[in-house]
Parts: sequence; structure tokens; C-alpha cells
Amino acid sequence: MQAYRLDQLTVRHLTGTRAVALDGISLAVAAGEQVAVIGPSGAGKTTLLATLACAHRPESGTFEVLGSDPWRLPDAARHRLRARLFLAPQTPPLPPRQRVVTSVLAARLPRWSLRQALASLVKPVDPAAAYAALARFHLGDKLYARVDRLSGGERQRCGLARLLLSEAEIFLVDEPLSALDPALAQVTLATLIEEAGARGAALVCSLHQVDMARALFPRIVGLRAGRILFDARREDVSDAMIAELYANENQDAPLLNPHETPDSLAVGACF
Amino acid sequence: MSAALPAHLQDPSWRGRALGAAVGLALLWPVLVYSEFKPWTLLDAQSLAAAGAFLSGFAHPVFAPDFLAMVLRESWQTVAIATAGLSLALVGAIPATIIVNERLSVSRLGTGRMRPAAVLVRQLVRWVLVLLRSVPELVWALLFVRVAGLGPTAGVLAIALTYCGMLAKVYAEILESGSAHATEALLANGSSRLAALFYGALPDTAAELVSYTVYRWECAIRGSAVMGFVGAGGLGQRMDESTKMMAGGEVSTMLIVFVLLVACADLVSWFLRRRLA
Amino acid sequence: MMPAAPPRDRAALALAALLVLLAVASFATLDLQWSAFFAPEAAASTAEFLAGFAPPELAPAFLLRTLQATLETLAMSALGTLIAAGCGLALALPGAGRFGRLARVPTRIVLNVLRSIPELVWAALLLVAAGLGPLAGTLALAAHTSGVLGRLFADALENAPPQPEQALRTNGAGALAAFFYATLPLTLPQMLSYTLYRWENNIRAAAVLGVVGAGGLGQMLKYHLSLFQMPSAATAILATLLLVALVDALSFAVRRWLTR
Repeated sequence: MQAYRLDQLTVRHLTGTRAVALDGISLAVAAGEQVAVIGPSGAGKTTLLATLACAHRPESGTFEVLGSDPWRLPDAARHRLRARLFLAPQTPPLPPRQRVVTSVLAARLPRWSLRQALASLVKPVDPAAAYAALARFHLGDKLYARVDRLSGGERQRCGLARLLLSEAEIFLVDEPLSALDPALAQVTLATLIEEAGARGAALVCSLHQVDMARALFPRIVGLRAGRILFDARREDVSDAMIAELYANENQDAPLLNPHETPDSLAVGACF
Repeated sequence: MSAALPAHLQDPSWRGRALGAAVGLALLWPVLVYSEFKPWTLLDAQSLAAAGAFLSGFAHPVFAPDFLAMVLRESWQTVAIATAGLSLALVGAIPATIIVNERLSVSRLGTGRMRPAAVLVRQLVRWVLVLLRSVPELVWALLFVRVAGLGPTAGVLAIALTYCGMLAKVYAEILESGSAHATEALLANGSSRLAALFYGALPDTAAELVSYTVYRWECAIRGSAVMGFVGAGGLGQRMDESTKMMAGGEVSTMLIVFVLLVACADLVSWFLRRRLA
Repeated sequence: MMPAAPPRDRAALALAALLVLLAVASFATLDLQWSAFFAPEAAASTAEFLAGFAPPELAPAFLLRTLQATLETLAMSALGTLIAAGCGLALALPGAGRFGRLARVPTRIVLNVLRSIPELVWAALLLVAAGLGPLAGTLALAAHTSGVLGRLFADALENAPPQPEQALRTNGAGALAAFFYATLPLTLPQMLSYTLYRWENNIRAAAVLGVVGAGGLGQMLKYHLSLFQMPSAATAILATLLLVALVDALSFAVRRWLTR
């Protein structure tokens, strides 16, 4: 069964001007295949990964995950499908004051009942498994540390440790190396690929580090302005193709949504 | 349960959490006993009968014109008590803030230390302010009702005293949180204390000061309604009388009017604060 | 050439004038008895009244009763705040839109009504069902504070960054589990801080609720004042001040510890 089949898929942004994010994408990913997605900022890499994770509904075209169209399924079935995928976002989605062990064990949530989930909040049920996952990223000693006491790179690797503990058949990883120095980046990526290979899981990874992509991934997809510029085997990707992909790269600063802090007077103390 | 985990896997906070939970539960028992928390008494025959009679009156708010007119008059009186009380509080709080504000100390310029007399005066005023705001306003109202009799005077004075203390404290904090640079420069060049305040500290902090005052005015309206329950006039006193007579309908009307009043005051306050920002 | 001065802000002046008018109207319409305080005879009788408070009653048996009333007040405030935190959280979920937009507005209205009615008014109403004593006080505090905390918790939930919870949901976690693992840990410190801050407020409220009969130091104060036993009343007031200072210090210390 194929991991993904995308055919002429068009995806629009969900807010703002609802501009087109992905334009007529056609992509097929076999089970167990490892693909690197490269391209300039704003090309649509994050949107592509979100779509592949069934977190962003496409507007038109064909989209099949593990043989079925998720958006035709009933909600519950689609949610069960999501448990077979794992999306690791670029910014680690870890609550700052939570301990690493709880954050990493949250990978098991799709499997656990609510009672088990709450029990693990009080006392982590399987610290050994979390430790093993963290140890593969050389973070074993941070098992009981608080997330906000870690450096950016350590937090990123914790997010990836969560991936290791999940039971997904498809890994979708968004820029896993942005906060890591080159040596650490190499080791981290190698661990990811090793796990995907051992599990026979498909791996779709978006990267800025083109050299690493070409070195470690058998298949490279080049994305630019929402379109696939090339989709080729590593050997067939030339420097000219890379240059064309990144020509006149546009640096758009991401929009930050500052959170409104509640009015301190709203605490409402009249005494 | 599996065998004991190796040391590096044991949860370091488990002991603390379990202990904390045990202590919490242990404290809960005396709390329940001392507060005589027996919610099931709400369901015994007598309570249910009384509550039922009261609540059934609730469902029919009284809308007779003369009653409504009285309620509106009393609501105005509540607002008036709050406004008058707050105005008097400002009369006291503004001088107190200026006295207590260390930034306006002329004796400290250049030497870094204040004259002893100045320190003493500042401390005394601070203590008076703390005393004023520590005693709950209802207690002040109770005392003043003994002196001035029933009626709005007790309420106005109670609000004036407590809010003087509260306003002065917060004004002082707001002024101190601003930058001292402008005020110091003016004082160093010989301006008077008041002038230094107006030209140095106030421009930046005026919006926040007014905003807090408006917020306190809202609180004063609630407070003056509450003081009516000890005889200080206004809507609260009428509510107390109607509740004691078990006139559910009247209480219902007055509650509705009060909630609307508070919502209006909320709106006015929000609008004013928006305008000032 | 010198630039022209900008025009005066008419609206602000009008607003200020309106406020002054409101203040003047308030003084005019109220029937204020200044003479009771500021006439010479009144001054003497006020002084005599105040002198009657000292020295405060310090007999051991009375101090023991004061201590019991203090503990009753403390228990009322703590339990009322605790119940309110639970109810507040329960109401905050629909109030933050977690159960759809249709549930959000009615919940917000309920929360507003709960917090608009002051604690004392709640107590006076609840006395009908609960009778005299601290139960009415605890429930009154719980009712009012549920409104306050519910609104604060709902705002905190709405302002929490959604990414951690979304990430877990995207990866297949259930809605409740994702909430407990991601959003609740994010907002819990702030919610605890609000709860502790409200406890400081509630101890003051609990101390005076007794004035309408809801037990604690307030009931003691009203009782002794009505019997003109001023020294005993003074002890009750002093006990209130001490209790408030104690709870303030405790709450401050716990909040410091939480944000370490």
C-alpha cells in the first residue's frame, strides 16, 4: 500500500487572503520511502507537511493516505488515521513548564485511554522508554528536567524523541535541524533515518540544509512557490537545479501573533 | 507493579507530589469542620420550603411603576454614594501620594539621603494609609452608622477613608514605576515639587492613574451597594429589607437592576479607559 | 514661519466636565449629615466613642472564642475559594469556546452575573436556604468567586498558544487528553496565581460576611457592636487585621514559590 498519493492537489491558506499555498501538486510516496523536501522560505514546505498530516484540508485534487481519502472518512476514522502519522513541527510543541519525560511520553496518547493519560500525568508510566528515546539523541540525563530549562537545540531533539516513541507508520518532520550545529544536525538526522528504516516507516522531511539532504536522502523534492520544481533521485539532482530552486530567495519574516495578556485589573479585586 | 526502577529512572518529584497531596487532604478535613460545611442541609424540608417560597417569588419580578421608580432612585443614590466617597478619597489620596513619593524629595538631591524629619513624615503617612486600607470598609461603615446614624453619610465616609488608602498606595506604585529621569532633572534645576510632578512624572503616568481611578469607581459602586446592608442607604438597604420580608419578587427586580447597573458601569469604565489609552 | 498650535481636544474637556458634574450632583442629592462629625459636640462624642474601644478585650476565654471565629473565617475563605476554582474551571471550558460558539455566550453571561453580585448580597440571599452560620458564607464566596475565576480562566484558555495541543491532536491524541497534556500545563501557573490572589481578596470578604449572619469574625463583630461591647469589638477588628495580614503573606509566599 502506498503511503501517499497526491494528484493535482491544490491547497489554500486557511486565513487571511486565502491565497494558494500549493498549486497542483502531484506526488507519490511508497511505504518505507525516504524523501527530503527542499525549497526557499515561503515555498509551502510547512503547508505540504500539514496537508500530509491530515491537519490541513486541501481544496481540490486527489489526496490519499495509506490507501484512503481522509477527508471522505467520518471524523472518528480520520482521527484514527492520524494516529498512524506523526508530524513533528518546526517549533517544538512542548509546554514550557512540563517535564521532558511527560512531553516525550505524550507520544503514546493516541494509544492510551483517558484514564491512562491522566495517570501518566501524575506519575510517568514508562520512564524507561522515554529514557531510551532521549538517549538516542544524547539527552538521557534530561529525563526529568523542565522543558524551559533546555536550550533550543535540546528542545528540538526532545520533540524528535517524541517521534521515536510514537507508533506511527509515517514520519513527517519539519525542519528538524534549525537550532542544531552542523555536527549535531548530522547525528540527529542519521538517527531519524535509522529509525524510519528500522520501522519501515515512510519519512518526509523538509530541510534547509541542502547538502545534508543530498547526502542522506535517496529522493529529493524541490518545492518553490507552491509548485514542485523537481522530484528526482539523489543522483539525478544537479547543482543547476538547486540554483534554480533558490534563485532570488525571498526572505519574508514570519508573522508573530502576540498574545494579549489579560488586563491585570481584570483580576477583579475590589477589596 | 514491576520491580524497583534503576536510580536514573526514578521520578524525583513523586515523593514531593504524594506528600503534598497527603498534606492537602489532611488540611481539608479541619477546613470542612470549621466551616460547618454541610451542604446536605440545603436539601432538608425546612430549607427547601423557605428557598422554594423565595425562589418562586423570584420568578415574578415586580414591575409596578412606583416600585421601579423607587428602585431607580435608590440606584442613583448608590452611584452617588460611590462617586461622593471616591471624590473625598481623591482629596486625601492626592496630597498623600505627593508626600509619600520619594522621587520628589528635595533633601535627597545630590546627597542620596533624606533629612530625618522628611523620612519620618513619609513613614507616618505610609502607616496611616496602611491602617486606612486594612480595615474593611464594611467595618468602617458599621462604626460610622453608630456615630452618624443610618443613611448615606456612613457609606460615603467609609468609602472615602478606605479608598484614600488604596488609591494612594497604587498611585505611589504607578508613579514609582515610571522613569525618574525627568523628575530628577527638573528638581535638580530648581523647580518646585509640584511642578516637577506635573511636568516630569505625570505626562507618562496620567493615563494609568486615571484608568485605575475609574476602575476603583466601579468597585465603589459595588461596595456602596454592599454597605447598604448595614444601614448606609441605597439599593443595598432596600435589598436587605426585602430579603428579610421574603419578598422574592422585589429582590429579583432589584438584583436585575443592580446587575444592569454594574454592567453599565463596566461599559462606561471600559470606554473611558479605552479613550485614555 | 511658526507652525500653528494644534486644536484643543474638545471631547476630552467635555468628558472631564461631565465627570465633575457627576461628582457635584452626587454631593447635592445625598442627604449628608456632616454635623454628626464636624460640629463641636459631635467631635467630643466621636472622641468618646473611639475611646471606648481601648483597651481591647484580652480575657483568655474570649481570646479562645476569637480564635475559633478566626479559624472559622479562614476555613470559609479557603473552602469557598477552592470550590470556586473547581467551578470556575468547569465553566471556563464552555466559556472559552471549547464546546462551540453557541455555548460560549450564555456561559459568559452566567459568569458575568455571578461576579456582578457582590459576596455580601450572595450571602444575604443564601441565608434564606442555608440559615445562619458559615455555610451561607462559604457558598456565597464560592458563587461570586466562580464568576471571577471562571472569566479569568476562560480568558487564559483563550489566550494560550494553540500549537502544543494542535500538535498532539494532529498526531492522533484524543481531545481531552491533548487538553490535559498541552493547554492545561500552559495555563495552570497563571490560574493558580489568580486563585491565590482571590484568596487574599476572599479572606477580607469572609471576615465581613458575618455581619449579615454568615459566621466568623464578622458575626462576632456585629454581635458585640450591637451590645455596645466596644472592647470585644476592638479585639474582633484586630483579629481580622492579623488574619488578613497572615493570609496575604502566605499567598505571596506561595505565589513566589510557584514562579521560581
